[in-house]
Amino acid sequence: MSKNSSYWSANLKLVGLCMAIWFVVSYLFGIILVEPLNNVSIGGYKLGFWFAQQGSIYVFVALIFFYANRMGKLDREHDVHEDDD
Amino acid sequence: MSLQAMTYIVVGFTFALYIGIAIWARAGSTKDFYVAGGGVNPVANGMATAADWMSAASFISMAGLIAFMGYGGSVFLMGWTGGYVLLAMLLAPYLRKFGKFTVPEFIGDRYYSKAARIVAVVCLIVASVTYVIGQMKGIGVAFSRFLEVDYDIGLSIGMGIVFIYAVMGGMKGITYTQIAQYCVLILAYTIPAIFISLSLTGNPIPQLGLGSTMAGTDVFLLDRLDQVLRDLGFLEYTTNVRLSLTNMFMYTMSLMIGTAGLPHVIIRFFTVPKVKDARSSAGWALVFIAILYTTAPSVAAMARLNLIETIEPTPGEYMVYDERPDWIRNWEATGLLAFEDKNNDGRIVYSADAETNEMTKVDRDIMVLANPEIAGLPNWVIALVAAGGLAAALSTAAGLLLAISSAISHDLLKGVFKPEITEKQELLASRIAMAGAILLAGYLGFNPPDFAAGTVALAFGLAASSIFPALMMGIFYKRMNKEGAIAGMIAGLGVTLFYVFQHKGIMFIASTAFLGDLSPNWFLGIEPNAFGAVGAIVNFAVAFVVAKLTAAPPKEIMDLVEHIRVPAGAGAASAH
Repeated sequence: MSKNSSYWSANLKLVGLCMAIWFVVSYLFGIILVEPLNNVSIGGYKLGFWFAQQGSIYVFVALIFFYANRMGKLDREHDVHEDDD
Repeated sequence: MSLQAMTYIVVGFTFALYIGIAIWARAGSTKDFYVAGGGVNPVANGMATAADWMSAASFISMAGLIAFMGYGGSVFLMGWTGGYVLLAMLLAPYLRKFGKFTVPEFIGDRYYSKAARIVAVVCLIVASVTYVIGQMKGIGVAFSRFLEVDYDIGLSIGMGIVFIYAVMGGMKGITYTQIAQYCVLILAYTIPAIFISLSLTGNPIPQLGLGSTMAGTDVFLLDRLDQVLRDLGFLEYTTNVRLSLTNMFMYTMSLMIGTAGLPHVIIRFFTVPKVKDARSSAGWALVFIAILYTTAPSVAAMARLNLIETIEPTPGEYMVYDERPDWIRNWEATGLLAFEDKNNDGRIVYSADAETNEMTKVDRDIMVLANPEIAGLPNWVIALVAAGGLAAALSTAAGLLLAISSAISHDLLKGVFKPEITEKQELLASRIAMAGAILLAGYLGFNPPDFAAGTVALAFGLAASSIFPALMMGIFYKRMNKEGAIAGMIAGLGVTLFYVFQHKGIMFIASTAFLGDLSPNWFLGIEPNAFGAVGAIVNFAVAFVVAKLTAAPPKEIMDLVEHIRVPAGAGAASAH
């Protein structure tokens, strides 16, 4: 099972990284740090407000595709991918 | 052509389309009924998931709530999109690998226990029925407006249509119909937003328009809105925190975890051909969802501004009641919008001060439907919005009812109590279960606990506190055993339900609330709609402690967990 366990720990590392980014753009920038970030503006948007109502969503989308892509590579590297048909 | 005739034509046409597709793709076997034969392309599946996901709460209700909550409404935007990240990374690929039909089936097998499966069915039904109540509220609002009848009559008609619609098709019919519904609802949402953004800011892209200056001036739209609201005595739009940052944090968390715990969404990922597809399918679903979710903040802010400018066209000069526009008259007929000329001057004052405010009732759920009328857009746009709202409500109601009925017929009857029933009897049982769920949810929908999106938020809290932790620990914590999982689900759901009922009333009947629905009575200032995150923490904690104190799961379960952690060797979804 050692092949699978190195695959699993690589997976957990990747998930950990993605979850950290997920937390930062929504909870940290959109809620916890919203007040200081609102002192910065991009166009007519206050930055904290922008993260809460726009930016976090764009990052979420990119994050899932990044994860799916990296996992596809991990599957092959560790030879646990599904059969091609 | 009159607006009403136009609405009938557009709504009638879209309905004919959905029903046509449902008949064309009628479910033949139980397997087709539940999961469409496991052969749906990830992009198509993503689009159908998006339609399934975006309900009356997203379409009809959310922007209206944000319009009045401002920054505080961000909880819905982040909460209902961020959950897909959890779903894609923590659940979807593994549940796809496991390859069964329903969520309780996974829980029953993973925790080697019929009791766990039954508890999961109960959690699923509680969360899903609450969710359907929210849909019923949205459907009631939409029908009452376009048939120009009272809300209660609109709701009754809506129940009938949902019944016919959901009972006819299964998952396969629903998958193709939902792709059509997604197209209708996204056009209906973005077209008026583009028109309004263009007329207010000169920028046709609503996401950019919201950050632009008002057309012909150098004042930013959001600054203008903040200014107007301050003048009326309201809090600023862009900094208006919902109760507290702690509450917003928990609210967002509850919605995110709930997203990843709702059976009708999870079930979607059983229908893709491969594990790899389950990951990208979640991404595609979120792309299609994000189109609406990034447009919603613009719709919200612009609708609030347009509403205020209708009531007060120039500062200090209020609208004359007898000269009110048609849209106000039409909405007054539904009982969801009301005015009271307190100072008898024939004009309508809108103010933050309850003493002088004369717009005494604005149901938040009317804002999106009324928005194109407020902005004076052509009739065909208004008709399209009505059709879009109904598409959103129907597609989600159908998906939820399918999850409820499959839990009862497949998990309870076939899986536990009467394994010998035939496929035909199982299908019949699931249709009876659907009818029962519609009646119950419709009945509770006559006096919903909150606006549509608020009611749906409660449902998310219930899913977050019960189902998500059991699923996640089932995959990521091999040592989790049946005792822990069952105790966790019961504790999480119990705590959340208790908190919600004590503030919102038992079964949401407000008069039975034994603690008032007011913030001083709230634990740590967390509102009931946001309590699911606390319930989830309780679930994890109880499960962990109980699992430590009881025997480890058997070897074959440990092997099962190892097996679902790697993609290799996944077959199509199978019955047993």
